Amino acid sequence: MSTTTQSPTAASDSRTPSKAARLLADRRLPVAATALLFLVMYGVGLGRYQYYGFAEPQVFLNLFIDNGYLLVAAVGVTFVILSGGIDLSVGSMIGFTTMFTAWLVERQGLPIVVVIPMALAVGAFGGFLMGYVIHNFEIQPFIVTLAGLFLFRGLCLVISKESISITDSSVSSMAQAQVSLGMGFLSIGAIVSLVVLAVAFYVLHYTRFGRRVYAIGGNEQSALLMGLPQGGTKIAVYTVSGFCSALAGLLFTLYIQSGDPLHATGMELDAIAAVVIGGTLLTGGSGYVLGTLFGVLVLGLIKSIIQFEGTLSSWWTKIATGVLLCAFILVQRAMTARKKT
Amino acid sequence: MTTSSRLRALTRHNLFWPVAVLVLLLLVNVPFTPDFFSVRMSDGHLYGSLVSIVLFGSPLILVAVGMTLVIATGGIDLSVGAVVAITGALACSYISDQADQGAMSGVLLAMGLGLLAAVVCGLWNGFLVARMGIQPIIATLIIMVAGRGLAQLITDGQIITINSEPYKLIGGGYWLTLPFSIFVVAVVVAVTVALTRRTALGLLVESVGGNAEASRLVGIRSRRIKIMVYVFCALCAGIAGLMISSNTSAADGNNAGLWIELDAILAVVIGGTSLLGGRFSIGGTVVGALVIQTLTTTIYTIGVPTQTNLVFKAAVVIVVCLLQSPKFRAKIFGARFAARFGAKTGAKPAAAPADPASATEAAPKMEVS
Repeated sequence: MSTTTQSPTAASDSRTPSKAARLLADRRLPVAATALLFLVMYGVGLGRYQYYGFAEPQVFLNLFIDNGYLLVAAVGVTFVILSGGIDLSVGSMIGFTTMFTAWLVERQGLPIVVVIPMALAVGAFGGFLMGYVIHNFEIQPFIVTLAGLFLFRGLCLVISKESISITDSSVSSMAQAQVSLGMGFLSIGAIVSLVVLAVAFYVLHYTRFGRRVYAIGGNEQSALLMGLPQGGTKIAVYTVSGFCSALAGLLFTLYIQSGDPLHATGMELDAIAAVVIGGTLLTGGSGYVLGTLFGVLVLGLIKSIIQFEGTLSSWWTKIATGVLLCAFILVQRAMTARKKT
Repeated sequence: MTTSSRLRALTRHNLFWPVAVLVLLLLVNVPFTPDFFSVRMSDGHLYGSLVSIVLFGSPLILVAVGMTLVIATGGIDLSVGAVVAITGALACSYISDQADQGAMSGVLLAMGLGLLAAVVCGLWNGFLVARMGIQPIIATLIIMVAGRGLAQLITDGQIITINSEPYKLIGGGYWLTLPFSIFVVAVVVAVTVALTRRTALGLLVESVGGNAEASRLVGIRSRRIKIMVYVFCALCAGIAGLMISSNTSAADGNNAGLWIELDAILAVVIGGTSLLGGRFSIGGTVVGALVIQTLTTTIYTIGVPTQTNLVFKAAVVIVVCLLQSPKFRAKIFGARFAARFGAKTGAKPAAAPADPASATEAAPKMEVS
């Protein structure tokens, strides 16, 4: 009798570590930490700038309006990082899409409805090509997408060295369209980015493809031995990232209403930073796409706070992003080290 | 030794292809600029396309040499561009604060300050990679993101211009009729080659890149070696930063050394150093950097619009990487060709684990026990 009563407690003592350790090993911890960070920053913002209108709901909604393109790009990068790869071509792809769209609409006179699918197709195809080379010739993703970065930035400049501003009426009416939410409004770009987030959430957590992405990122060898179509999934992941980059480029075009060869320089780093701050493990296989949303919101909030502060200069954004990136990477490192013991 | 076997030995030499590409690129210029190879004397300085290729290529050579050692340990350093910006910003802002900008002591102190900042960046990268076990791409991404912000913070967002004769010497001055930067590059390259090839250091670096855990078990302080290469890489980037800011007599936190990390990685890859780590060639890197600079110059001289520069570079990266990929060679040229020419780069990937990630993951796993 005594053994039966004792064994469960003994087992629970040896198997389940202390509460703190269990909390640290929880995969949701980084997402929760980021969400908490966002709330704290927002709270601080409310305290400091409440007389400047920080409390207005529109300030919060503006986070989505001003960072919709970054959210879309970061969602694409989330797929790549979950699969254990990296995509450095995102910023160039966004820049190229703004240029491509502006050029076709302004210089060639094509209607925007025709240009949108073309731009998306070009982005997806670019991603597909990179994925194809990465998988079939076993070259590191980092170097292939680096070549993609050069290529698309170069192609921007081939189209035109000068920036092309978009005066097309249908584009500007699209850009200025406001969707009222009662307490404020969202732009079309913000709505699209939220739809993309929802689709990505569904695909990653509720479809076979999503499971494969996690499996490959977790352990490629095991995934291969289990018979998962590893090549196809890898190529698809880069195609998704290319598609998302192109879509982000379109949203950015709407947001800024021009094409410029230097648009979105270095945005791949913002996107990677958002994904990492959102708690996705850089080694792949673990993370949530909702975390990416919080990552983007935190980055966006830094920008808003700097705007509200007024005396802080824009380079503080870069420094703050770097410090946050560093903190979250160290937290990730501590978590993975703990898991292995 | 018959001629054919001698020829084969020549084509197998690891510098053969980079040098061949360089020579080819140089020759492409001749129809467009007939006096491309002529070097003339004027004002007691040597002038000519070749001289300017070396002059404008010097910062890139420096950064690429540092990058070579990092890549040889299986790492990568994305922060070099930011380090270039920080070093230049710090040195120039210190000089601009001096009453006498031409004073030798002030200039030396400014350079010392800049290089010290570079070393600190390198220590930080090395600490994250070697001590904390963070992937090099990510660890160096931090300074890549934050570093430009820091550089702008130092220059207060302005482009600081200075007017200092002694400082001008490093990047834009002449000595013994040649650009002074050539001597700086020569000294750095000579010291690096001497340290890595005349002592066991190069071997240790290669062994850490081949298998960090195994080399630690045989008694090599692999962490210390890793920290050392990141510090060295940052120091090289720092010298390049001094050169770039000296050449333009200005510090631009936002644009100094922009994309130089990509060019440097490209130079290393063209030079035949595998990105998987475990082996390196300083000579190859120098030739690789010269190839990139020559490519840039060539694009200017043959009248192709300069904006296609990046597209050309992308094409070069893809071609070089494909040629280095054993799988690509086997698919395109057949297995026999790949085996014959595989000795150059093919040996390493075959010996390395199929999955590069498993090699990096092995280290933290072992540390636990």
